[in-house]
Amino acid sequence: MLGYILRRLLATIPVLLIVAVLVFLMLRLTPGDPAAVIAGDNATSEQIALIRNRLGLDKPILTQFAIWAGNLAQGNLGESFFFKKPIGELIAGRIEPTLSLAFATMLIAICVAIPLGVLAAYKHGSWIDRIVMGFSVLGFSVPVFVIGYALIYIFAITLGWFPVQGYQPLSGGFGGFVQRLVLPAVTLSVIYIALIARMTRASVLEVLNEDYIRTARAKGQVERKILFRHALKNAAVPIVTVVGIGIALLIGGVVVTESVYSIPGLGRLTVDAVLARDYPTIQAVILLFSGVYVGINLLIDLAYSLFDPRIRY
Amino acid sequence: MNAEPSILAPVAVEPAAPSRTVLMRLVRNPVVAIGSVVLMLLTLIGLFAPWLGTIDPTAINPSTRNKVPGFERTIRADDGTTTTFKHRMGTDSLGRDVYSRVVYGARVSLLIAVSVASISIAIGLVIGLVAGYVRPLDGIIMRFMDGLMAIPGILLAIAVVSLFRSGLTAVIIAIIVPEIPRVVRVVRSIVLSVREEPYVEAAIMAGTRLPKLMVRHILPNTVAPLIVQGTFIAASAILVEAILSFLGIGIPPEIPTWGNIMAEGRNLFRVFPHNILYPGIFLGLTVLAVNMLGDGLRDTLDPKMAGR
Amino acid sequence: MAWRLRSLVAAAAIVAGASLTQAQTLKVVMHSDVKIVDPIWTTAYIVRNHGYMIYDTLFAMDEAGAIKPQMVDSFTESPDKLTYKFTLRDGLTWHDGKPVTPEDCIASIKRWSAKDPVGQKLMTFVDTMTADDAKSFTVKLKSPTGLLIFGLGKPSSNVPFMMPERVAKTDPNTQISEFIGSGPFVLKQDEWKPGDKIVYTKFKDYKPRAEPASGLAGGKVAKVDRIEWLAVADQQQAVNALLAGEIDMVEQPAFDLIPLVQSDSNIKLWNYNPLGLQYTLRFNHTQPPFDNPKVRQAVTYALNQKDFLEATIGNPEYYQVCKSMFVCGTPLSSEKGMEGLLESNFKKSQELLKEAGYDGKPIVLLHSTDLLALTNLGPVAKQLLEKGGFKVDMQSSDWQTVVSRRVRKDPVDKGGWNVMQTSWVSADILNPVMAGFFNASCDKAAFGWPCDEQMEKLRDDFAREPDPAKQKAIAEAVQARWREVVTHVHLGQYKVPIAARKNLSGILTAPAPVFWNVEKK
Repeated sequence: MLGYILRRLLATIPVLLIVAVLVFLMLRLTPGDPAAVIAGDNATSEQIALIRNRLGLDKPILTQFAIWAGNLAQGNLGESFFFKKPIGELIAGRIEPTLSLAFATMLIAICVAIPLGVLAAYKHGSWIDRIVMGFSVLGFSVPVFVIGYALIYIFAITLGWFPVQGYQPLSGGFGGFVQRLVLPAVTLSVIYIALIARMTRASVLEVLNEDYIRTARAKGQVERKILFRHALKNAAVPIVTVVGIGIALLIGGVVVTESVYSIPGLGRLTVDAVLARDYPTIQAVILLFSGVYVGINLLIDLAYSLFDPRIRY
Repeated sequence: MNAEPSILAPVAVEPAAPSRTVLMRLVRNPVVAIGSVVLMLLTLIGLFAPWLGTIDPTAINPSTRNKVPGFERTIRADDGTTTTFKHRMGTDSLGRDVYSRVVYGARVSLLIAVSVASISIAIGLVIGLVAGYVRPLDGIIMRFMDGLMAIPGILLAIAVVSLFRSGLTAVIIAIIVPEIPRVVRVVRSIVLSVREEPYVEAAIMAGTRLPKLMVRHILPNTVAPLIVQGTFIAASAILVEAILSFLGIGIPPEIPTWGNIMAEGRNLFRVFPHNILYPGIFLGLTVLAVNMLGDGLRDTLDPKMAGR
Repeated sequence: MAWRLRSLVAAAAIVAGASLTQAQTLKVVMHSDVKIVDPIWTTAYIVRNHGYMIYDTLFAMDEAGAIKPQMVDSFTESPDKLTYKFTLRDGLTWHDGKPVTPEDCIASIKRWSAKDPVGQKLMTFVDTMTADDAKSFTVKLKSPTGLLIFGLGKPSSNVPFMMPERVAKTDPNTQISEFIGSGPFVLKQDEWKPGDKIVYTKFKDYKPRAEPASGLAGGKVAKVDRIEWLAVADQQQAVNALLAGEIDMVEQPAFDLIPLVQSDSNIKLWNYNPLGLQYTLRFNHTQPPFDNPKVRQAVTYALNQKDFLEATIGNPEYYQVCKSMFVCGTPLSSEKGMEGLLESNFKKSQELLKEAGYDGKPIVLLHSTDLLALTNLGPVAKQLLEKGGFKVDMQSSDWQTVVSRRVRKDPVDKGGWNVMQTSWVSADILNPVMAGFFNASCDKAAFGWPCDEQMEKLRDDFAREPDPAKQKAIAEAVQARWREVVTHVHLGQYKVPIAARKNLSGILTAPAPVFWNVEKK
């Protein structure tokens, strides 16, 4: 087992390296000139050339990559062109809102989606099943920002239950923290609920058709026990898998949701950085998100062996 | 990273079922029927946009901007004659007719859906076949794909779109790139599993040439899962286009797309919700229809996955 | 028991004290996030606004447009108008407690004048700047100019803000790394998070002038303890938050949302900047077809300001058609020589294009899509230019891309450009020296690079001329010359009101939004 974990860990290194190269190359080929953006409106060509020189943008691409990779290896993400701050510091300041949003979303999604999925599977073919399935297709079909605006309109503007926008750090009080987090998290969880409910329903349905469930039923076991003891437990592997796959979806959604609700998280940082052609920041953020994605999927792979004793390495 | 995205990418391991019965089942599946009818209608709307009572969707008219649905405007032609035009869905902040933009927008959104789905499948199919068949290349290709896949789709699209001058092509490419690795994985796994099949091994032993092997044994197995995959790619393409527009890096606003109309109207959501409402309904409806079609296709083409 | 009583009393006192001196916090959404904090290094208006928070100026423009001493207590002018002696006010200190010295001021003026167009012109007149004692310094000129006092009181970007000498010694092309001023507010560096918020607190030791505040001049009395500028990228969300009372002020509410704000009795609109802003269209003079003045003239016939203003502002209360090349409502404004222009005379435009031999090659129009104030300009320009006989290739992108593209001199098919549109704060373009787009010094000019010796000579004359009446005559000559060479085109004048909760008062009328004198009840 330990050997397996180690092997899997090592296997992620080339993946992340490829991500780094890809991201670096892509951004260096963009037409935008960060020096001009930084120099501002009245800048002359000489001023821009000076800035370009100072940022090292006039060096050959290979040299730029070597410098960047070298610093990266030492844990130095570089300095943001635009914000004039070390990127590590910049990211550290943005992690809390994004993590809070992601966790809240996940919490809501799992609490809502798994019971819904189990119910739909249990009442297979009934109107409840149809509604759940209908919702899950619909959840995939509406852009996140439309959901966001609709929720703001109903719950923040018309009913006044929640603030319209903004984020309050946990250190500023739990009440305000939660109050400001509810709407964005619900917005983002819609697509996630759709995804997980669907997968739960399918997996539970499959398990319910297995022989041993039939046997349990024949033995006269209580339905609820069958459902939760046997069916859900055995359906856990695909459900956990889909939670992992959904991380990419979640990260994409975070970018949009943070824009809608003015949450100062990593998603907003990404969009700001792209618009400002802030190469080092974009590289760092994409690398970070990719790392998270790879890491979570690695954890899920490893979790398989916990959930499903049949899988052994 | 062994976790196959199984719900979005079912893997068929059996040879394709006889096509007759599949067709019959498809026709009888109500989900497929509804999805196809809606899509067909939307396609017709897109194709016949100029004849559906529309005016130039890019014609601006600052003096009648931000009018609510139902507003009537007198249009004076160059020869002095006047006609009354009713803005069924109101006008946007430049005085353009939202109805015309939504109808013409169907063209772009469907074009994006179809082109992204077909191109990413075509590219993914080729790479996947190579990876699955040419063993020495497999490792390199798949590590590369793992790398691409590790970048969350929207971020990758954002990065790619900033590479090019913003335009239709750039957006299409940006949406295609993140989809390719997913197709490659499906195709590769099919190739690998099909190769293990006794009848394929027998064919290889018998010295069947590669092209024949591909056409006869491998490609048919990819058809069903790729069609299903294609519909989901199409649905996500429409959504991603809208999101890119929303973030301000999508297709130039001059070209009407549903995403664009909504992105431009979002600041006025509270005062003039029609800018978001109508394109939003069309967009939701289209994605819903594509998803329903995809679900139905999967249920029918791949009975093992039924109900998912 | 006694101990308990004492602590109870103490606690009560703390509670009472807290409620009496409850810190007043102002939460504001500005038009943009503050990412750069060097107002000399960049001209971005948001950075200028930041500058007014933490820095002070030697002179300042009052509400009537007159330049008044600010940090300067008094100054003398020699009879030959060549020697100026400035004496600083008593009690001026930096935020770190050290006194403001003449050396600080001289270094700050030097750094500013390396970047600012007026400063650059001014330095061609300055012979020496020397500190006399702990409170005063002398500036000697080579020849008389009105630019010295005017420049030191320049109200908008770049504003000659005073910084400590060690900071002002920073190379003008490098950003400063220490943010210490002597202004009425202090930057809370530990709370500044770009992309989220920037926080200022009241500078307790600030000594305001005795006069009441007027425009940017007079006593800068901070009446709130803490000001937060929040970054809210979504215009509608900013207004929503204002209506919900989550924030106190929106600097530039979207015009289409103003009815929403007006219908709420808790919100007041302040027309704080009556001169407003000007939409401007800029040509690239180095690339065909706009290297030909006839083609540029054609544009002045094809366009009209009303369409642009209608499409972007919409509400006539906030816009004004202004053909003059110098801001309407200021001394130099004149409609002389503008007859027939900007009336969408498409026939005339087409004729001129024919004469010029325009080959019908599409012109590249850079269009910014993410700044609400600019988004709608592009399509209007495209439509009007097309009617005037041009072929237009409108290339849309975010503003940052426009900014990085417009400095490229490359041919159009290699990433260059022909026309772009932007907006200037009126206070920055009051006369031909400060208005950067009149600069026609070829390669040294701002992007667009117009090249005209005669125009440059007129600008030089203007800088040398201290007499306002003669200045006006020169400005008219500039406008006449402009009609020939058409460096850029104004697309209309407009005002953006501040929207604030009713419990705010004292927002000053000035070319920049400033926060001293603002009170929250």
